[in-house]
Amino acid sequence: MTAVITVPEELDHDSFESVLDQLAPHPADAPVLVDARHTTFSTPYALLSLLCLAQSRTARPGFVIPDAQGTASYWARAGFFRFAEELYTLHGTAPALRPKGESDVWLPITPIARSEDVHAVVERIQDRAEAILENELRTDPRMIGRFAMTLSEACQNIIEHAGLGGWVAVQSYTWHKLGRRVVQIAVCDAGIGFTASLAPAHARRLGDRWCDGQALEEAIVRGVSRFADPGRGQGFAGIKRFLGQWQGKLIVRSGTARLTLVPPWDDDVPLREGLSSFPGAQVLIIIPGREA
Amino acid sequence: MTAMVHIDVAAILQTSVNGVYTDLVTRATGRAVRTRIEHDIADGRPGAVAVIDFSNVGLLDFSCADEIVATLMRQCCADTVALERYVLFAGIKDAHLDAIEHVLERHKLALVVRITAGGTYRLMGMVDEVERLVWEAVARAQAADVAGIAAETGLTGDEVSTCLATLHRRRLIMREGAIFRAPTGAVA
Repeated sequence: MTAVITVPEELDHDSFESVLDQLAPHPADAPVLVDARHTTFSTPYALLSLLCLAQSRTARPGFVIPDAQGTASYWARAGFFRFAEELYTLHGTAPALRPKGESDVWLPITPIARSEDVHAVVERIQDRAEAILENELRTDPRMIGRFAMTLSEACQNIIEHAGLGGWVAVQSYTWHKLGRRVVQIAVCDAGIGFTASLAPAHARRLGDRWCDGQALEEAIVRGVSRFADPGRGQGFAGIKRFLGQWQGKLIVRSGTARLTLVPPWDDDVPLREGLSSFPGAQVLIIIPGREA
Repeated sequence: MTAMVHIDVAAILQTSVNGVYTDLVTRATGRAVRTRIEHDIADGRPGAVAVIDFSNVGLLDFSCADEIVATLMRQCCADTVALERYVLFAGIKDAHLDAIEHVLERHKLALVVRITAGGTYRLMGMVDEVERLVWEAVARAQAADVAGIAAETGLTGDEVSTCLATLHRRRLIMREGAIFRAPTGAVA
């Protein structure tokens, strides 16, 4: 019997947990139908996570497209259906894409599997970033380089550690919780995750304490790497450096844990453990714009 | 005159990544570019200064800075006396500074930079005040011995000797017998 997984009306990094909670009782080869009919809003992180969800199933899941035309249209512009149709059996009609060049999406969902993919993403984002950072977020346009570097390092996490391709997407929107425009960088994969990636080098040292939460703390907080080279582990160190300057927020979810670097404007929990299992690593960077 | 080898990083990048991109991003790209730079340095004379020129490079991310800048400096610092190599970084722009400063800090390294605008040189990275004072005195003098630097800086001969040994080990100054000079390609 096919299990129906109901997608919340507003889908973001927090509410996506309810999708995983519903999915948890059903093994990867069990048939599931992901029902997004009533969804009216989604962040890039959540769209990428929906792709990862399908990638993590051995039985091809079904997917019901949102009823709301505006939502479905945005998902199409964000590139969601282009990849979803490869991974899901779609129910409903995905809106046709408008001609190239008209998109309001910063960086549509873009697959990352090779170093060249990161080069292309970095070049593309720089073309658009100047006007958006200045006009929408009111940040210093000199931040473009730092923004692109952060994006580059986040994407490299897939190449270096996932063992499987993933996706990146960037978008700005008004985050009601903060009452400001924010830009969101989402980089997600359904690969081996932090725990398996770091285990050969660090699990023995930490013994019984080795778990998803510990692996995230080692990688993000202490900057350890699976490589012995002392230069490795630069990626998250660099991301943290710039998020400190921006008062940005970093969330990394892997396995059953989620680690958050909490900026002063937020009251999130630094480490959540015991979440429903989800393979790979999902990275979310939120950069707030300046107050008007 | 000190022998110089000019290495155009952007040109190497163009031949390493499909000839399309000007940004130095990803560790794989950094490794490919650094390997080519190593070959170019190896082709030069021992004791020559390799000028690593970033003039036409767009963005530089942390991973590339680590692979290229930090690894090259670490290799130079590990060189034996018989195989001394020096690198001078040129064409460094604001867009490169964050990543370079970050990796230098992480590895506790320093390097010599040529400032394009004024044609001057400076140390960048992890050096203490005395090391900077002595290095700047050497760079100003172009070639100097311990006594000359001591007179210039007001430090004792022992302090200067110790500091010069450290700077030489870190490949921030060159040594020819009792004479020290900055790896700036200045006329001897």
